[in-house]
Amino acid sequence: MADYIEAPANATAAQRLMVWIDNRFPATKLWNEHVGEYYAPKNFNFWYIFGSLSLVVLVMQIITGIFLTMHYKPDASLAFASVEYIMRDVPWGWLIRYMHSTGASAFFIVVYLHMFRGLLYGSYRKPRELVWIFGCGIFLCLMAEAFMGYLLPWGQMSYWGAQVIINLFAAVPFIGPDLALLIRGDYVVGDATLNRFFSFHVIAVPLVLLGLVVAHIIALHEVGSNNPDGVEIKAKKDALGRPLDGIPFHPYYTVHDIFGVSVFLIIFSAIIFFAPELGGYFLEYNNFIPADPLKTPAHIAPVWYFTPYYSMLRATTDLMVYVLSAVVAVAAVLALLKGRFSNVGKIVLLVGAVVLIALLNTFDAKFWGVVVMGGAVVILFFLPWLDHSPVKSIRYRPSWHKYVYGVFVFFFLVLGYLGAQPPSATGNYVSQVGTLLYFAFFLLMPWWSRMGEFKPVPERVTYAAH
Amino acid sequence: MSDQPVDNGKRTWLIASGCAGVVGGVAAAVPFVASFEPSERARAAGAPVEVDIGALKPGEKLTIEWRGKPVWIVRRTPEQLAALPKVDPLLADPKSERKPDELTPPYARNEYRSIKPEVLVAVGICSHLGCSPSDKFQPGAQPSLPDDWAGGFLCPCHGSTFDMAGRVYKNKPAPDNLEVPPHMYLSATRLIIGEDKKA
Repeated sequence: MADYIEAPANATAAQRLMVWIDNRFPATKLWNEHVGEYYAPKNFNFWYIFGSLSLVVLVMQIITGIFLTMHYKPDASLAFASVEYIMRDVPWGWLIRYMHSTGASAFFIVVYLHMFRGLLYGSYRKPRELVWIFGCGIFLCLMAEAFMGYLLPWGQMSYWGAQVIINLFAAVPFIGPDLALLIRGDYVVGDATLNRFFSFHVIAVPLVLLGLVVAHIIALHEVGSNNPDGVEIKAKKDALGRPLDGIPFHPYYTVHDIFGVSVFLIIFSAIIFFAPELGGYFLEYNNFIPADPLKTPAHIAPVWYFTPYYSMLRATTDLMVYVLSAVVAVAAVLALLKGRFSNVGKIVLLVGAVVLIALLNTFDAKFWGVVVMGGAVVILFFLPWLDHSPVKSIRYRPSWHKYVYGVFVFFFLVLGYLGAQPPSATGNYVSQVGTLLYFAFFLLMPWWSRMGEFKPVPERVTYAAH
Repeated sequence: MSDQPVDNGKRTWLIASGCAGVVGGVAAAVPFVASFEPSERARAAGAPVEVDIGALKPGEKLTIEWRGKPVWIVRRTPEQLAALPKVDPLLADPKSERKPDELTPPYARNEYRSIKPEVLVAVGICSHLGCSPSDKFQPGAQPSLPDDWAGGFLCPCHGSTFDMAGRVYKNKPAPDNLEVPPHMYLSATRLIIGEDKKA
């Protein structure tokens, strides 16, 4: 509880008003904690723009979404026509709609880059584990938002994409079919599904998303931002307790961010005005055909941001299940030989491995595909405890670590490309290799992240005034 | 972190009322979760559909909508029927033995998976992830299909193949044959989908 403050005798009317407010609501305190006196490291590089950009895109999606809701009809018989109505008849409706549909892709671009930044500089390491976990929660919410939002235009890809993804849940043993029924609210994807996805898309998920964004920022401002050197700026403070390598977020970084936002908006506007469908990647061509429950389009693929995970789903065939069983067996044998377990521990390990291999071969490969796809996202949550490297930033890691990251990013992009292509035998083998590498990157991290010659980390951040 | 001694009597009641609150909360969630289930109207919409197949020529397919799903009625040619037993070794479940109660009613548990050998009635939804397969009735080599293709259906989503009786080929993503819906003949050419004699 703050003490009641009296305004000085010579205060202006504005100052008096601020004192009056501050006695009733911590406006000045909040501003100082999060902006005016929030000390950010002064050595940020361009990678640090994507956090602010994702906030800008979030605000844009909410505003355009509110206006789209004024004209859109969440009814299976009216939805497709109402989107076309927005595009053709509502004044400037096309702009608002394209801002929203391009905004969805932009959101994933900036968020993927934002997450990659975290990976490069170890921004998820102690004490920033919760910042990272809230962020992963935001990523999960975004995926739900994007998937449910994509059903709303009620085109062919909306319909059959939802059909395929909801049927994934039906692959869960025992409860699957009932779970899929509960999600659809009907025996097929229909009006009930559209209406509930609308409700989730416009209110339920955005509320959770906003809560997580607030938690993400509060946690970040509690521990302070990481930086490209991975040095804790709080370790060196001046006489007033201000970090020597820090600088108040406002006006230094607010001005930086305004510049970054301007560059982003130039690119964003160019896409909206000249290539809003971006060659079928941002809006798929088949989605300009109304949903037809009797006819599946010749080629079904999710929108680009889901394709890496979709590739992993398709890669999980019977062959892949045998490979996974072999991997589990090898891991168990290695753990028995190399690990320091008690006898009880060894028995538990052995029984666990046998049960897992038995399960792998009992349930359909279809179910394991769902597990692999879900696991690929869930594994991100555990990153803070998988990385055992003695330094945070890539700058002071052994040089060959950069190639490990390079291979990881390369295969993530290859998986993304293959997921957008029709299924093929060669593509499937490549996806299987990519899937194994994706998981190996994370699951072997406790070992490889410790290996090699680490470079000395400086006491202070490296920074040259410009 | 209070330094006062714990009042065990109060603590017991706090735990008890906390548990009662949780039970109440769960009970209150039941109606909300239940509201996700198909409504009474959606349940009632599964009414049977009548169809006249008098005009359907051999080798032709008719698609009708039943419970929002495509139902195919194919009048197979004698050649197509003759080809069915030949592909048996290539199929995952040639005798329709998997999940018979869900996929194949008793009157369709035969080589043709139909009441009348020439007329196939099947739900055109792939048992993999629910796409609708496309017609590939023409035998012989063609894109995405083996060179000795005997005619049937190909799912465009993940490449599962089915024969002219809706039976799935081995080593494909789809685990099961296409569903044969309950159906019966009202007369020689009038068919009702969604209802059969045992019901």
